[in-house]
Amino acid sequence: MSGWDKFVETFFNAKVMWKYLPDILSGMVVTIELALLIVVTGLGAGLALALLRSLAIRPLNWLIIFVVDLFRSLPPLVIIVLMYFGLPYAGPAPSGFVSTWLSLAFVLMAFSEEIFWAGITSIPKGQWEASRSTGLSFGQTLFNVVLPQAFRLTIPPLTNRTIAITKGTALGTVVAVTEILGQASSAMSNSYNPSPLMMGAAAYIVLFLPVVVAARWIETKFAWKR
Amino acid sequence: MATNHIVDARAIHKHFGTLHVLKGVDLKVDERELVFIIGPSGSGKSTLLRCLNRLEEPSSGSIVVDGIDMLDAKTDINHARRRIGMVFQSFNLYPHMTALGNVTLALRKVAGKGRAEAEALGRVALERVGLADRAEHTPGQLSGGQQQRVAIARSIALEPRVMLFDEPTSALDPELVGSVLEVMRGLRESGMTMIVVSHEMGFARNAADRVVFMDDGLIVEQGPPAAIFENPTHERTRAFIGQIQRH
Ligand SMILES: Nc1ncnc2c1ncn2[C@@H]1O[C@H](COP(=O)(O)OP(=O)(O)O)[C@@H](O)[C@H]1O
Ligand SMILES: [Mg+2]
Repeated sequence: MSGWDKFVETFFNAKVMWKYLPDILSGMVVTIELALLIVVTGLGAGLALALLRSLAIRPLNWLIIFVVDLFRSLPPLVIIVLMYFGLPYAGPAPSGFVSTWLSLAFVLMAFSEEIFWAGITSIPKGQWEASRSTGLSFGQTLFNVVLPQAFRLTIPPLTNRTIAITKGTALGTVVAVTEILGQASSAMSNSYNPSPLMMGAAAYIVLFLPVVVAARWIETKFAWKR
Repeated sequence: MATNHIVDARAIHKHFGTLHVLKGVDLKVDERELVFIIGPSGSGKSTLLRCLNRLEEPSSGSIVVDGIDMLDAKTDINHARRRIGMVFQSFNLYPHMTALGNVTLALRKVAGKGRAEAEALGRVALERVGLADRAEHTPGQLSGGQQQRVAIARSIALEPRVMLFDEPTSALDPELVGSVLEVMRGLRESGMTMIVVSHEMGFARNAADRVVFMDDGLIVEQGPPAAIFENPTHERTRAFIGQIQRH
């Protein structure tokens, strides 16, 4: 057997792959569910916090900044582990799935709040003044003038962050979530063969490459001339 | 508060922290009057204009515009601002909207017009500034002069009772200034009450009813353009006018 054949036999073993394909597919479903939940709740909460912050209520802003900085500095894995293994001592016992979802949603909330906030504050004061001088209220100005401009500025950093954090769903393996990486590594130890890991890698590419390409397309589409 | 002036500002003081920027300014403007405000940089001209529509909160004083007490807590400020147009040095057009979108936003959101009616009114306003054919252009596709005219259209579409101009031509290339002044002259002829901060002395001479000279947070003197430009009574006015005429 040549070196090449051995390599293929080890990493792309057809028999092993076929056997564990259903596991990897079900892992993909779990990853997709997790990712969608994280993106929707994380970005939604991040935007909500940025909007609250724009109201400029001092004590509230200190609280927002504290929470945001906390979740930006803690490693996501630590948050997941604390929630899964620590929270039960305080009462609620979230599943591994829920722990992973909430932890990463908090992290995405924290990072996206900062990005949304940076976008809002980067809009020149003159935009607010022009709008307010024609009689639009604070809220009308925020939603019609400021946010549409801020969103365009936030799309590149936001998509990068969102992709990075949703890839963190792989951390769910440590709390027994059966997402792609979890399925791949248990298949690997059951079959004594790394082929399932290759399938896992392929699954991530299938899931995330289109998202990355779409992000690039959105970036160019939303760029506009000043 | 009874007043027969469309703008009646009294004893306006404004502090920014420890900086005393307006030191008791009185400004009364008649209907259809064009008042031209000149003065050195930092003398408080912009701050005064911005107090009139309460973009800046005066520290003390009273401001009545078109019979509405602007500083009364019970005044619906958004409603009052509809009646006071403002044009900025930097245009401040919304870059994510077309010219027509810029002009119709407040018509729809503040004046409560439906889309079709707002667009019809918006097109009329753009027509008045000579830009009917640019309605679908975004600000990035327009010259500075055209952008400023769209900004004027955005204000006049709301049928303001008075218009404030804060150095409307200062950011423009010299060859584009004329088109904006032309629109302002047209507005004046249509009877618009206007308060204009600008360095365009030629425009002041032949369009202003009154020139107000401000220095260091106070109105130093005011009068018809000819009197202020040819025979200023105060030394500071004379020095300022001498200075700008040398340029
Ligand atoms: N928002 C602000 N905060 C602090 N100082 C300000 C602010 N706006 C204006 N000033 C100060 O007030 C003074 C008058 O400014 P301004 O009204 O813009 O003068 P002008 O328009 O006559 O050049 C200047 O010294 C300026 O630095
Ligand atoms: Mg100024």
